[in-house]
Amino acid sequence: MKFDTPATTNPIDALKVVGQPIDRIDGPLKTTGTAPYAYEHHGEAENVAYGHVIGAGIAKGRIAGIDTAAAGRAPGVLAIVTAATAGPLGKGKRNTATLLGGPEIQHYHQAVALVVAETFEQARAAAELVRIDYLAEPGAFDLRAAKGSATKPKESGQTGPVDTSVGDFAGAFARAPVSLDTTYTTPDQSHMMMEPHASLALWEGDRLTLWTSSQMIDWWTDDLAATLDIPKKNVRVVSPFIGGGFGGKLFLRADALLAALGARAAGRPVKVALHRPLVPNNTTHRPATVQRIRIGATREGDITAIAHESWSGDLPDGGPETAVNQTRLLYAGANRMTAMRLAVLDLPEGNSMRAPGEAPGMMALEIAMDEMAEKLRIDPVEFRIRNDTLVDPEKPGRPFSSRPFVECLRLGADRFGWSRRDPQPARRREGRWLVGLGMAAAFRNNLLMTSAARVRLDAEGGVTVETDMTDIGTGSYTIIAQTAAEMMGLPVGRVTVRLGDSRFPVSAGSGGQFGANNATAGVYAACVKLREEIARRLGFNSADAAFVDGEVRSGNRAIPLGAAAAEGEIVAEDAIEYGDLDETYQQSTFGAHFVEAAVDSATGEARVRRMLAVCAAGRILNPKSARSQVIGAMTMGVGAALMEHLAVDTRRGFFVNHDLAGYEVPVHADIPHQEVVFLDETDPISSPMKAKGVGELGLCGVGAAVANAIYNATGVRVRDYPITLDTYLDRLPEVA
Amino acid sequence: MKPFSYERAASPAEAAAAAARRPGARFIAGGTNLLDLMKLQIEVPSHLIDVNGLALDTIEPTPEGGLRVGALVSNTALAADPRVRRDYALLTRALLAGASGQLRNKATTAGNLLQRTRCPYFYDTAQPCNKRRPGSGCAAIGGFTRQLGVIGTSDACIATHPSDMAVALRALDAVVETVQADGATRTIPMADFHRLPGETPHIETALQPGELITAVVLPRPLGGRHIYRKVRDRASYAFALVSVGAVVQPDGTGRVALGGVAHKPWRVEEAETELPRGARAVTERLLAGARPTRDNAFKVTLVERTLGSVLAEARG
Ligand SMILES: Cc1cc2nc3c(=O)[nH]c(=O)nc-3n(C[C@H](O)[C@H](O)[C@H](O)COP(=O)(O)OP(=O)(O)OC[C@H]3O[C@@H](n4cnc5c(N)ncnc54)[C@H](O)[C@@H]3O)c2cc1C
Ligand code: SF4
Repeated sequence: MKFDTPATTNPIDALKVVGQPIDRIDGPLKTTGTAPYAYEHHGEAENVAYGHVIGAGIAKGRIAGIDTAAAGRAPGVLAIVTAATAGPLGKGKRNTATLLGGPEIQHYHQAVALVVAETFEQARAAAELVRIDYLAEPGAFDLRAAKGSATKPKESGQTGPVDTSVGDFAGAFARAPVSLDTTYTTPDQSHMMMEPHASLALWEGDRLTLWTSSQMIDWWTDDLAATLDIPKKNVRVVSPFIGGGFGGKLFLRADALLAALGARAAGRPVKVALHRPLVPNNTTHRPATVQRIRIGATREGDITAIAHESWSGDLPDGGPETAVNQTRLLYAGANRMTAMRLAVLDLPEGNSMRAPGEAPGMMALEIAMDEMAEKLRIDPVEFRIRNDTLVDPEKPGRPFSSRPFVECLRLGADRFGWSRRDPQPARRREGRWLVGLGMAAAFRNNLLMTSAARVRLDAEGGVTVETDMTDIGTGSYTIIAQTAAEMMGLPVGRVTVRLGDSRFPVSAGSGGQFGANNATAGVYAACVKLREEIARRLGFNSADAAFVDGEVRSGNRAIPLGAAAAEGEIVAEDAIEYGDLDETYQQSTFGAHFVEAAVDSATGEARVRRMLAVCAAGRILNPKSARSQVIGAMTMGVGAALMEHLAVDTRRGFFVNHDLAGYEVPVHADIPHQEVVFLDETDPISSPMKAKGVGELGLCGVGAAVANAIYNATGVRVRDYPITLDTYLDRLPEVA
Repeated sequence: MKPFSYERAASPAEAAAAAARRPGARFIAGGTNLLDLMKLQIEVPSHLIDVNGLALDTIEPTPEGGLRVGALVSNTALAADPRVRRDYALLTRALLAGASGQLRNKATTAGNLLQRTRCPYFYDTAQPCNKRRPGSGCAAIGGFTRQLGVIGTSDACIATHPSDMAVALRALDAVVETVQADGATRTIPMADFHRLPGETPHIETALQPGELITAVVLPRPLGGRHIYRKVRDRASYAFALVSVGAVVQPDGTGRVALGGVAHKPWRVEEAETELPRGARAVTERLLAGARPTRDNAFKVTLVERTLGSVLAEARG
């Protein structure tokens, strides 16, 4: 189905099932521990052996020698895979560094060997016996030091234009009566999903089946085949349940490749999980940024000039963190520029993490907006409203498909009690706590991706959906079931959803908050085809046929749905494909975050007390799972503001705090009260579902809202994340 | 994890004797620290002596008016004991500030005292660490040291002791009771129990090889206000950046011990004479000679500010 004109009324609009707060259909499996995650496929293969991954102990250099003799003799050991024994390997086009290093080492904890044994414990014990001599080489590990050497990165679909410029920024900024020129930094962050990367590989002849934990089945199938240099059709990737991803499982990782190589070497199916301390350095991470923002405005608060520049680092051939992109779209201003620069760093590979670009970009931009509002003596909510734009500020002929940004701001301010905020910081005290309110805009683009699905109708009138879409904890199973149920006039219980298998049609996958809208739109397209075929078989004119309560009705005829399949299952398959509606219109999601924070006046400990997010993201397909996405994102935003941070050892070139003891994320006690409001909105330009993404919107801006609340509480402005107490303790008032 | 053999000890003396017979043996109590370290091959015992069957899990009054806490009393049970809550509230508060409910259910009094450092380089076997591999060097010095020690450090090691409970026990002047391999028993005051790193950071306590902790004795109650303030980046389930344990009497005198700053719970009795003069005066004596790193210099300020807040609370 080609979607190239805005949606009109369609069966989804009935909203009998879609839009309802239905419990997750996979909830019982998960709460009873019977949803099989990657490491838990116990029945699928017999005689499974276990692999343990060894990560490089240096950041850059070469393996001078690797002695596996002792490990090879250890109890239970079946095989040891290294680059020297693995045979020639290709590289997936979405990987920057190779997944099996050696003799060259590109980053710390790059996998250099896999020990396969009868049991996990034997594999792990034997791994300690592998002796590796390294020849370390100096590398660049410090973004601030390397910033001067940063160059203009290659432009790609992911980066968008590297440099943009409209009007005369320099001139307008110089002339602006009120201006701001500040620099912000965000740290490297790790996805640290609950389920570490894990895979089970089974070879049957030259065919490989991989049960794994993947957000993007087709990308993995493609890149695994390319790395092993075998035909893609010989690789099957299966990933029905995923214990979180946040972007860390978008791209093929070492567990998958090594399970495949280990299974080939051992002649048995092999399971491999990355042990937690390996995850931050072995896999990808969100790269640190240095961001300079300049804003010039009239005394009345109209932005006349806005510039956002960002520096980040990555391995050679890597890409930049696109932290500037939202600044091209969020606020008005006739004179504007953005630029990204990339330094070569020999740290592990940087790549997408939840809301890549916008998450760190908004952390900087939305503090800058707060600082600017204060300079102008305008309320921060009003300042944003004043600089709203209904068109792409770079191309005034290009409208937003919908932009209820001002509504989000006003509703949020009202619900949160924003008017009670004292614009003068550091004036509200409760016992030993300094209390403040802060807010920030939320913004994230809506991405359109082709997405296919297959639907089957059986003789009992049940429908089965098959698509390689993944559910990374987001609720894909449920909204897909809701979509098919709505389209076919069935209760959700009559729909079976099968996801995460490369034998199913290729979907958008889970990433970039593009999963929900595109994958359900693909199911919509397949259901339209199925309805046509059903109508044809039943002798209805398909335009007149209504699919209601398990029946197909037209005029005074009503036939049970299953009757159409009496002769045998009916199968329909289609994909949603988009025209240029995302060029004609700018499609984005909007919101506003409000935070109340308290800071211990003595110790500087900052704690969030209350949070509100108001989101406008088109049709909300399931308010319950959407809310879960947003509160999860808000929680992640608190982590980004207050604690999340991979500490770089700039001498040794690695992330030091590489486990969940050292890499702190919020715990329950950090998140007392969260509220989420969705605007009642549809966006007919986004897809037939009229929905947009929401899972990343909930994160974008939270960090800055927390930072702004801390400023309002204390009068201390911190521009370097995370805002831990040591960054501002010496600026707090004396202890009484 | 290296393969190991395992036995259950029948009595404290036999446990100690068995440990002395098998170099490379370790006692295992709750296992919440030891097992983690074994999985990472940081601890590689060849033999485990399970002490859980020893009847060391009661809290009894002592003739001196204190309490004898068995080595195997869980952190949860110790924190919840009504006598502890009434007379040694500092201890209850310190315990409850540590780890999580599940961990405290398993963690024991002796195991808590002997938990190992949380220096991140100690946990990475690819990095040199004098504590893990004596003589290999210290990767932390010059590296990421935000959590590490500021006082009593050495050129060999700047790690801290992470226990909250131990800070309270040090302020309360508790005494550790042990039995040695030859069956002899002895007592070790908390002040002497943990060592500074010096040239031998792998030797962390005054215990001899095979020596088993049987109990921790709390002296007679001190009265006063008991405050434990643990400062950390998140509200729960994190080790202290610094912690302050204080017992403050109505006349303003009292005791102060610190966590998160040194290789042992940090207390300097002479500094306590400054208490009536306030936090700055105390901190100056308490942390005299501190050698913080660039990353953790804030801890010196933080101690003073936290102590100031604790003293204000005690007055209020
Ligand atoms: C995630 C996590 C968070 C934590 N957070 C905190 C925190 O915030 N604050 C805090 O203080 N602690 C914290 N801890 C540490 C926890 O308190 C310790 O792991 C626990 O107290 C150890 O007790 P155990 O009985 O389990 O010791 P085990 O692991 O059984 O033993 C530890 C050591 O003590 C030795 N040992 C045990 N019993 C005896 C004995 N009777 N005599 C001689 N030697 C003995 C063992 O041989 C071993 O070397 C945390 C731990 C974890 C895993
Ligand atoms: S500070 Fe101590 S524990 Fe940490 S690396 Fe150095 S020697 Fe090891």
